Amino acid sequence: MRRGTEATLALLAAAGLLAAAWAAPWLKFVLTIALAKGIAVLGILLLLRAGQVSFGHALFLASGAYAVAFLAPAAPEALLLLPAAALLAGLLGLVVGLFVVRYRDIFFGMLNLAISMVLYSLLEKLYELTRGTDGIRVEPPRVAGFALTLETYVWAMLVLALVLAVGFGAFVRAYLGSPMGQALAGIKTRETRLEFMGVSARRVLLAAYVLSAVMGGVAGAIVGMTTRHVTPLLAYWTSSGELVFIAILGGAGGALGPFLGAAAYELVRVYAAASFADAWQAILGTVLLLVILFAPGGLWGVISGLLGRRAGRAA
Amino acid sequence: MAGWLEQNTLLLGLALLDGLAYAALVFMVAVGLNLVFGVLRIINIAHGSLFAIGAYTAASLGLFFAARGLPPWAGYVALVLAAALVGGILGPVIEAGLLRRIYGHEQVLQLLVTFALFMILEDAQKLIWGVQPVSSDAPLRLLGTVDVPFGEDVVPFTAYQLFVLPGVALATLAGLAWFLRRTLTGRVIVAVTTDREAATAMGIDARRVFLLTFTFGAGLAALGGALASPTTTLVPGIGAATIVLSFAVVATAGLGQIEGAAISALLIGIGRSAAVYLAPEFEVVVPYLIMVAVLLVRPQGLFGVVETRRV
Amino acid sequence: MSTPTPLTRRSALAVAAGAVSGSLLWPGSGRAQAQKPAELKVGITTFLSGPASVFGVPAKQTAEMLFDEINQAGGIGGVPVRALFVDEAPGTDHLVGEFRRLVQNEGVQVMFASISSGSCLACTPLSDELRKTTILWDCGTQRIFEEGRHPFAFRTQGYATPEVLAPLLYLLKTKPDFRTLAVINQDYAWGRDSWEIWKTAMDALKPGVRVVAELFPRLGAPDFSTEITRLLAARPDVIFSTFWGGDLVTLVRQAAERRLFERSTFVLPVAEASMQILGRTMPAGHIIGTRGDHWNNHPRPKDPARLARFVENYRRRFNEYPIYPCHHMYQAISAMQAAYAKAIAAKGGGWPNDQELAAAFRGLEFPTPTSTITLREDGQGLEDQIVGVSTFTERFPFAVPKDMIVFPAAMVSTPVGQKSVDWLKTLKPDLLAQVPAPIAG
Repeated sequence: MRRGTEATLALLAAAGLLAAAWAAPWLKFVLTIALAKGIAVLGILLLLRAGQVSFGHALFLASGAYAVAFLAPAAPEALLLLPAAALLAGLLGLVVGLFVVRYRDIFFGMLNLAISMVLYSLLEKLYELTRGTDGIRVEPPRVAGFALTLETYVWAMLVLALVLAVGFGAFVRAYLGSPMGQALAGIKTRETRLEFMGVSARRVLLAAYVLSAVMGGVAGAIVGMTTRHVTPLLAYWTSSGELVFIAILGGAGGALGPFLGAAAYELVRVYAAASFADAWQAILGTVLLLVILFAPGGLWGVISGLLGRRAGRAA
Repeated sequence: MAGWLEQNTLLLGLALLDGLAYAALVFMVAVGLNLVFGVLRIINIAHGSLFAIGAYTAASLGLFFAARGLPPWAGYVALVLAAALVGGILGPVIEAGLLRRIYGHEQVLQLLVTFALFMILEDAQKLIWGVQPVSSDAPLRLLGTVDVPFGEDVVPFTAYQLFVLPGVALATLAGLAWFLRRTLTGRVIVAVTTDREAATAMGIDARRVFLLTFTFGAGLAALGGALASPTTTLVPGIGAATIVLSFAVVATAGLGQIEGAAISALLIGIGRSAAVYLAPEFEVVVPYLIMVAVLLVRPQGLFGVVETRRV
Repeated sequence: MSTPTPLTRRSALAVAAGAVSGSLLWPGSGRAQAQKPAELKVGITTFLSGPASVFGVPAKQTAEMLFDEINQAGGIGGVPVRALFVDEAPGTDHLVGEFRRLVQNEGVQVMFASISSGSCLACTPLSDELRKTTILWDCGTQRIFEEGRHPFAFRTQGYATPEVLAPLLYLLKTKPDFRTLAVINQDYAWGRDSWEIWKTAMDALKPGVRVVAELFPRLGAPDFSTEITRLLAARPDVIFSTFWGGDLVTLVRQAAERRLFERSTFVLPVAEASMQILGRTMPAGHIIGTRGDHWNNHPRPKDPARLARFVENYRRRFNEYPIYPCHHMYQAISAMQAAYAKAIAAKGGGWPNDQELAAAFRGLEFPTPTSTITLREDGQGLEDQIVGVSTFTERFPFAVPKDMIVFPAAMVSTPVGQKSVDWLKTLKPDLLAQVPAPIAG
C-alpha cells in the first residue's frame, strides 16, 4: 500500500473516531480503551514480524497500569505518569527480555506466559501492597497542569490516547521499514543467515522486545487513568490472549491493523455482551475462528485487499 | 529445637504425600498436551476445556449411575467412560473439523485457533452444566480413608488420594511408554514426533497419525478431569486454571517428552505442597519459578532435544 | 430465561456510522427525565461467567422473576420495569465501559452494582460522576462508605463487619472455652479483610487465643488437601473460614472425608449458599451464617406469607431453593420500589429526577420478607444477622441452622463515620452480655 493512502486512511479513521465519540458519549470510554489496547498490540506486531508470539504481554500493560496506580498519589499529572509508566515497563522489558530473547517459538510464548503469571500471582498475593483482587483506585490526575472536570477529563484521555496512537503507529511503521525492522523479519525466515552477516539476532529481538514493553506500559497507563481502577485481572493470561487475538483480528500487515482490531474487538464484545450476556465469550471465539479461517490477513488485510483491487482497476 | 526439627520433618513427610497426589493429576493433563504437541506441533489451549468437560461428564455419569441405584464401584466405570466419550467424540471432531484446516498456517494462528476454541467451549460447558458447583464423590467414599501416623497422632488421608491417583498416573506412564515403543502405531507416532518430514517421506499417513494422536491426547485430558472430579468441585473456569499449570509442566519437561512430563509434574507438585508448609505466600508462584529456573539452565527443558536451526 | 438486551438502533447507528454527523444520533444525556418514562430501565451488574456465577446467575434469575411480578402488578408508579444485565467477569475496563453505556446511552434510571467488592469500588466513583443512583446490591467491602462519601450510592444489605462479627459473638457466647484457632480463607480482599475483622475483634473480646495456622490458598484452587493436612496436624479448637461457592463445597467435602470436622469446630459465615449442593455431606454441629437474616427456616420472619411466597415461586420456576444473593437482589428491588413510592409521593405524583430519587433513598426504610432494613445517613443498610449451628430437619434436604441468635444490625455494625478496624479495637468483653439468647429449636 502506498504511504499516502495509509496516512489518508489513518486521518479518516481518527476523524471518524472523534465524531463517533462526540455523537455517543459512552463511546469515548470504549474507544479510549480500544486505542490503548491498539498501542499495546503495536508492540506485539513488532515481535510478530520476527515470528515470535508473546503470550504474556499483559505483563507490561498491567505494570504500566499499576505504575500509574502507585505513582498517581505522589505525582498526579498525566504527562508525568505516562513517561514514568513507559520507563518502568521498558526497564522490566529489558530485564525480562535479556532472558526470553534466547528462546524461540513456543518456548518464547510460554516463557512470557509464565512470567506474566508470576506478576499476576504477586499482584493478587501481596495484599498489603496491592489490595489484592479489590484493586487500587486511581484518582483522575491533572492533565498538563489543569485539574479538569470529569467530562473534560474523559475527552482529554481520548485525545491523549489518539495522539499517542498516531505517534506510535507512525513510529512502528518507520521502524519496520528501517534496517532494524528488516533484521526482525530476518529472524523469522533465516535467523542463522542473519548471524552470518554479523547481526546479533538476540540484540535485534531485544530492541524490539523493549520497545514493545514500552508500548505495553503506555497502553497500561492509559487504561489505568481511564478506568481509574486497576485490578490483577489485567495481567491474567486471558488478557494476554486477548492482545494476540486483537493483533490477528486487525491483521499483522500494517500499523493501522492493531487499532482496527482493537476497536472491532471492544465493539463486538459490547454488542455480544448486550445481546447475549451469557455467551459473549463464545461469540468472540467464533469471530476469531472465522477471521483465521477465511481472512487470515485480518481486517487490515481485507481492507487493503479491497483498496488494492480498486487501485488496480483504476490503473 | 530438636522437637521443632522433628515436627517439621514429619510435616514435610505429609507434604510429600499431598504433593504426590497433586503431581499425579497434573501429570495426567500435561502428558496429553505434550503428546499432542510432539506430533501436531500445536499447543492446544483448549486442552484445559477438554479437562473440564471430562470432569463434568464423569460427575454427571456418576450421579446418573447413582440415581439408577448402581453400586458405588460404578463410579469408576463412569470415570473411564467419560474419558472415552469425550476423547472419542470431541477429539476427532476438533482435529478433523478444525485443526486439519490450519496445519500449514503460522504458529500464532494455530495457537489462536485453539484459544478461540477454548472461549467457545468455556461457554458451551456453562450452557450444558450451568453455574452451580457440581460434584460426585462416590469413587472417593468407596475406598474410605487411611490413617497415616504423625508422631503420636494420626492424620487421615483418603485412599483415593494416596493410591488411586498416583497408581493411575503410573499406569498411564507405563502404558504410554509401552505403547510408543512396542506397538507399530506407537512407533509411527514417535517417528512423526522426531522427524515429521522424513516420516511422511517414508509413506506414513500423517493424517491418520494426527487424528489418532489428538483423539488420544483429548482422551487423556478428559481422563485427568474425570480423575480429578471426585476430589474437587466443578465450577465454571476450572479449565482456564488447569491449562496454565500444564503449560508450565510441559515447558519444564521439554516439548514432546512423556517421561519428562512425569518428572516435572513431580517437581511442581511436591514443590507446591512444600511451599504450603514453608512459604505459603509463594505457593501459586512455585510452578512458574521452577519452570523459569529449569529453562535458565536447560533452554530446551529437562528432557528436550535441541532442534537444529534453519540455515 | 435470559432477556436479551439489544442495543438501541440509535447506538447501532452511532457505532456503524460514527463519522456521520452526530447530532441526530444522541438524545441528550438523560438529565431531562422529569416526565414519566415509557419504561424504567435498571442496569444490573452481576457475574454471569466464571466461578462467582454461582451467586450471579441465581441473583439474575431472582431479578427476572421479581420484575415479571412487578410488571404484572402494573410496574413501579405505573411504569413497567426492565433489567439490563452486565457480566462482571471480563474485568474492570469492560464493567466501567458498560456502566457508562447503560447510563449514558440506554438511559438507565437506576444501577445495581456488583457482587465483587472490586467491581463495587470501581462503580461507586462512577455513580458520583454520572450522578446516577446506584444500589450496591451484594458486595461486602467495608471500604466503600468508610473511605469516602458517595451521595448516589446505597447498600441495601449488611457488609463485612457485621457478617464476621456476628459469627464471632456467636462462638464466644456458645463455645467460650476455645484456646487455639486456625484460619483458612481465600486469598483475595474478602478473605484478607474478613480475617482482619475477626482477628481484631477476637483480640479485643477474648485476648490470648493462639492462632496455629493462617492459610490463604488461591481463589478457585481445585484442591485443598495440603491445607487440610496441615489443619489435621495442627488440631486447632476452632477453624474460621469465609470460603464461599465452589471453594467452600470443595473444602467441606475434602475436610469431611478426612474427619477434620470431628477434630475442630468450624465457623463458616458464608455457608448458606453452599448448603443445598453439599446436602448431607455438611456435618452437623458447626457454626453457619448467611450474610444476613434470610434463612429459609427463619424463626420469626416479619412477613411469613411473603417469605413463603418468594421461596415457593423461586423453587417452582428454577427448581432450587433461593440462596442469599437471591435475597440480596430481593432487598435491592424492594428498596427501589420503596424509594420510588416515597419520591413520587414527595413530588405529588410526579416522576422524580436523579437528585430526587437519591434523596428518597437516604434514611429509607423498606420491607424484606424477613424484616425491615433502614438505610443510614451514609448510605449503608442496617440488616440483622442470624447465626446458628448446622443441623438437619425433616423440612429441608440440606443443613439449616438451629439455636439461632438474631443479632440486631446496630449492635454489630460500625457506627457512621468510624473505620471498622478502629471501632473493633474498642469492643469490650461485656458486649457479650448484650447478645440475645439463642432461639431454641
